Amino acid sequence: MAVLLDKNTRLIVQGLTGREGTFHAKQAAAYGTNVVGGITPGKGGTTHEGWPIFNSAHDAVRETGANASVIFVPPPFAADAINEATDAGIPLVVCITEGIPVVDMLKVMTFMAGKATRLVGPNCPGVITAGRAKAGIIPGHICKEGHIGIVSKSGTLTYEAIHQLSREGMGQTTCIGIGGDPLIGTNFIDALRLFAADSETEAVIMIGEIGGTAEQEAAAYIKKEFKKPVVGFVAGQTAPPGRRMGHAGAIIAGGQGTAAEKMDALQAAGVHVVKSPADMGKKMKEALGK
Amino acid sequence: MKIHEYQAKSVLARYGVPVPRGEVASSAAEAGEIAARLGGSVVVVKAQIHAGGRGKGGGVKLAKSHAEAEQIAKQMLGMTLVTHQTGPEGKKVGRLLIEEGLQIDRELYVSLVIDRASASPVVIASSEGGMDIEEVAASRPEKILKETINPGTGILPFQSRKLAFGMGLEGPAANKLVKVLDSLYRAFIETDASMIEINPLILTKGGDLLALDAKVSFDDNALFRHPDLRDLRDTTEEDPLEVEASKFSLNYIRLDGNIGCMVNGAGLAMATMDIIKLSGGDPANFLDVGGGANAEQIRNAFKILMSDKNVRAVFINIFGGILRCDVLAQGVIAAVKELGVPVPIVIRMEGTNVEEGKRLLKESGLNFTTADSMGEGAEQAVALAKGSK
Repeated sequence: MAVLLDKNTRLIVQGLTGREGTFHAKQAAAYGTNVVGGITPGKGGTTHEGWPIFNSAHDAVRETGANASVIFVPPPFAADAINEATDAGIPLVVCITEGIPVVDMLKVMTFMAGKATRLVGPNCPGVITAGRAKAGIIPGHICKEGHIGIVSKSGTLTYEAIHQLSREGMGQTTCIGIGGDPLIGTNFIDALRLFAADSETEAVIMIGEIGGTAEQEAAAYIKKEFKKPVVGFVAGQTAPPGRRMGHAGAIIAGGQGTAAEKMDALQAAGVHVVKSPADMGKKMKEALGK
Repeated sequence: MKIHEYQAKSVLARYGVPVPRGEVASSAAEAGEIAARLGGSVVVVKAQIHAGGRGKGGGVKLAKSHAEAEQIAKQMLGMTLVTHQTGPEGKKVGRLLIEEGLQIDRELYVSLVIDRASASPVVIASSEGGMDIEEVAASRPEKILKETINPGTGILPFQSRKLAFGMGLEGPAANKLVKVLDSLYRAFIETDASMIEINPLILTKGGDLLALDAKVSFDDNALFRHPDLRDLRDTTEEDPLEVEASKFSLNYIRLDGNIGCMVNGAGLAMATMDIIKLSGGDPANFLDVGGGANAEQIRNAFKILMSDKNVRAVFINIFGGILRCDVLAQGVIAAVKELGVPVPIVIRMEGTNVEEGKRLLKESGLNFTTADSMGEGAEQAVALAKGSK
């Protein structure tokens, strides 16, 4: 089963004709994802690397039956690409683009409210269901089919978690990069709900970082109703306050959003919190009693 | 991006936010002339640095004549101002804002930020202006008022009235607040601000509301559409190495330790700092070389790292996904050969083409220490930093 992506995914790539879009569309196809075409306004009717290109998300959905999109559109135009995909009714939109202005994301969140589309990202590595399909930049060859779900604000830390699981002989169901921006579509709780309902997923690794209160909110949800084991790590235990640590959302502001308060909340919710990022795989093995 | 108070006031004034009359000076003579032009019995001389707490540190003073203003300006210009926000090294004062003195009746607080949980702008207001708002929030949370703004409608008049009455404003002053908040909200959205803070917003004895102080910072991701605002950047307020790194699009933040870190990805870069600390060392920096780092970028990163004279060892921690380990290894070898890095280098890499990468490092003839996991790498880097002078 896994979540979000599987063999029935029909993926459209917004920004397919760009360098990043082309590279990652090929990677996704090589991984076995059914990539059905691309969207580049003004290039509709042409083909690129054998894929049909459409002027709009609406055309793409009508012609290909796309049910998921991945966005590699430059920051000034990426919010509009999300809105267009939403309006075309695409159920899953994964936005990789880093650097979208917050005010543009405010409009996106307002426009998407009440609509059926789920957004993952922006500023995220995307989603991969091990051995089946991927939308984004997570390298397919490091993943292995298995029973651990991963939800993370960070790309390379996700790869690290996957690698550590492999060392311990464990594979993944789906890895969801939710992104490091202040305003994002799918949050920890949304992702955990998906994993809760997925019979293949036995346990979850959750990787947070400084800034905001999403980890605390997730802790409250886990305490209340999430029954599967969770291993948690929060990056930025040594980050100085008031400085943005790479990700737009990773900042301790007004004394809030520290790693310590997040780790405490997760610990209190029964999450197996590791202090060292090197211990995620080992801790998962312990948590599962393997 | 942070800007100075005088710049913030000029931006806000464009949107109709009332601010005191004043001008900026960079010499004592200029300060005197401005004070004379402003007239009145009192002027205020305010040091312009990117940090709060200036009053307590001696960066805000009253002058009763233009001669006194000039005198104060002479002392203040070039002084190093230390406040609770500057750190012990303080900040050098290069510019002063000379403003008219006003008869203050009450000091209020208003700010605008984005609330992540509701994905909306929020206005925070308090009757307790002129103080550290975090202290007010901690000691008297009932004095902090909040209104969440629907981005589709913008701030609605009833919300502003609610805040006005909540802060104890009445009659014309309440109506004035509605106008001020309208202007502030427009400024917030149209300039892509990430924060606007007016502390204090004063009610004068004459019944006017004015922004006596103003702090504004902008969303770096939106500066591409505000060339005028981008020009307000004052790089003398930033760490010179961070300014240099930003030219190469490297995400670099200088810290106090002695282990230089070079990592791909912001999350892994933070985690690397954490694991160094857990291993008993102190990171010299946060550095994210990005997902698509090439040989050139790695060379730039080494240059920045080695410009920090505290660095005693370098820890390179890369998880190769799209970035191949063999490409990384070639970049590191080329940079070290060219730059002659004089401190021990520990490399931990994993992921795509890792075996080839390790082989290249081994055969380079250079003295790298390689590690199989990030925990092992951190421990080695800490040990080497302690051993090297």
